[in-house]
Amino acid sequence: MARKFLPKVATGNHLLEGDVVYFTAQGGWTRLHEEAAVAETPEAADALLAQASAFPQEIVGVYLADAELTEEGPQPVHFREAFRTRGPSNYFHGKQAEL
Amino acid sequence: MYDYSNFDADFVHSRVAEFRGQVERRLDGSLTEDEFKPLRLMNGLYLQLHAYMLRIAVPYGTLKSRQMRQLAYIADTWDKGYGHFTTRQNIQFNWPKLKDVPDILEALADVEMHAIQTSGNCIRNVTADHFAGAAADEIEDPRPTAELIRQWSTDHPEFAYLPRKFKVAVTGSPNDRAVTKAHDIGLRMVRNEAGEPGYEVVIGGGLGRTPMIGKVVRDFLPKADLLAYLEAILQVYNLSGRRDNKYKARIKILVHETGLEELREQIEANFERQSRLLPDVDPAIVARIEASFAEPEWDTREAPAPVLEAGLKSFVDTNVTAHKQPNYAIVSVSIKPIGGTPGDATSAQMRALADLAEKYSHDELRISHEQNVILPHVHRADIPAVYAALREAGLATANIGLVSDIIACPGMDYCALATARSIPIAQQISEVFSDLDAQRDIGPLKIKISGCINACGHHHVGHIGILGLDRAGVENYQITLGGDGTETATIGERTGHGFAYDEIVPAVERLIETYLEIRETAEETFLQTYRRTGADPFKTALYGEENKANAA
Repeated sequence: MARKFLPKVATGNHLLEGDVVYFTAQGGWTRLHEEAAVAETPEAADALLAQASAFPQEIVGVYLADAELTEEGPQPVHFREAFRTRGPSNYFHGKQAEL
Repeated sequence: MYDYSNFDADFVHSRVAEFRGQVERRLDGSLTEDEFKPLRLMNGLYLQLHAYMLRIAVPYGTLKSRQMRQLAYIADTWDKGYGHFTTRQNIQFNWPKLKDVPDILEALADVEMHAIQTSGNCIRNVTADHFAGAAADEIEDPRPTAELIRQWSTDHPEFAYLPRKFKVAVTGSPNDRAVTKAHDIGLRMVRNEAGEPGYEVVIGGGLGRTPMIGKVVRDFLPKADLLAYLEAILQVYNLSGRRDNKYKARIKILVHETGLEELREQIEANFERQSRLLPDVDPAIVARIEASFAEPEWDTREAPAPVLEAGLKSFVDTNVTAHKQPNYAIVSVSIKPIGGTPGDATSAQMRALADLAEKYSHDELRISHEQNVILPHVHRADIPAVYAALREAGLATANIGLVSDIIACPGMDYCALATARSIPIAQQISEVFSDLDAQRDIGPLKIKISGCINACGHHHVGHIGILGLDRAGVENYQITLGGDGTETATIGERTGHGFAYDEIVPAVERLIETYLEIRETAEETFLQTYRRTGADPFKTALYGEENKANAA
């Protein structure tokens, strides 16, 4: 049975800083997951990935990640993506300290 | 210790300049990411979960004070004020910016350090016994051998693109503190019947998804034949090692699939050719290397009678090891404070360690594969002063070899390959067993945690090994028992199904409670008990009497 399609956000890392970033509906990049553009169909996800991959001099390693739609914006589904939104467990470092 | 020649210095500085140009070309768009990635990896620069990570070689774990101070300077100037010592005797910085990395490499080159061959399918940083040159049980100092291999393997044109990464470890002691049997090549210094020093050569060890204990391919290799024999092994592997599947590309798979006897014949035949083509290792080069590892000028003061206050006595009991000089001792500094991150040292702690090494350890430091720092040559009269300074720096935890001296890989808190976190599990276990008296009652116990099957945390050779995995989008932790990374190396046995994040620490507690109940004497260690009883009582502790049969 085909797996149910989950909404997607496009994410990658900033070339200079290494930070985790998300592609926005305005065609730019944000460090906040809840500001990410969301694709709700497979076709929209393909288009989102294509758009997000068009910044090779700024963003690297772009891929699609599952997301859950909430009133506060999209939230990560997998724990790996949840860690990427904040930073490591052992120090108050990364986005949790910087944003 | 080894002093770099002008050739070495020029070579490392020229590599920095080369990388600086590569970064500039990446930033101006002349290089694509696909073109740049292998170049940055050749200089130890990874892109991890939250940021870049720079892995710096500490060859055979040996550092001078000024090198440790430079690492502290790098931590403060370009990172977040700390560094992470790894199980391969490297140090990693977790937050560098791409544009700063050439400057970091320049700062390293200024103190004869680099990040070359800390990544890629090449011969990686050679590791060695962290007590090298100091241990009372040593046949010979393994560091001249490791340095010879470093010089031979650095930028070796034939072995720059091997089927996979290749790891070599050297020990000069019959008590293996370098986990040589879990390396692609392990070299154990031995003497033949005539009393001549040489090597027992072990090949095909490795952990990861197919853990294997290495096999002896040569009982005795004369020292002069070392490089020709290494060339012979590497050539056979380079030619025949699988390249169709990265998971099967290690020499351990070649040994397993070809068979040790056939592979030995190939290596020996190749060695015959090599030893005709290559001259023996130049004795002048060996002499120069050995001279640079000459013993320090020993302080001839008599060691004082041990009058020890309680805290110091505990520290001496656990963190101090016999030195080959009776008036000296080896001091292991735990980088595993209760609740801390295994292997992390702040820049202030690095400077404190550098100061101590300069003042009390003939300017020498070692990094252990167990993620601790060693002061190898401390006069026994100075131990109280060293202990006091370590306490002030927050580095006096008396837990070496005990339950809270845990190896843990960075796991999913940092590593892009990881599938679960390691660090919080280690932190929780050390907090549960925070009482050092209770730890001493439990006795020697090695817990090792990996956040994925690549096994950087050496979980396969932990007395209690913990492997973090992703099970249907949830962190899950498998336990292995009975692993051993020493001269009696053994791969641990998997107990059964894994445990959820909030179940794994109680499971470890049950294992240790069971051990305390069933050990025959207070001196019987966890590993001895496990070997005596087998897994059965421990499986009962983990899964209950009724469920243990179905646990797998």
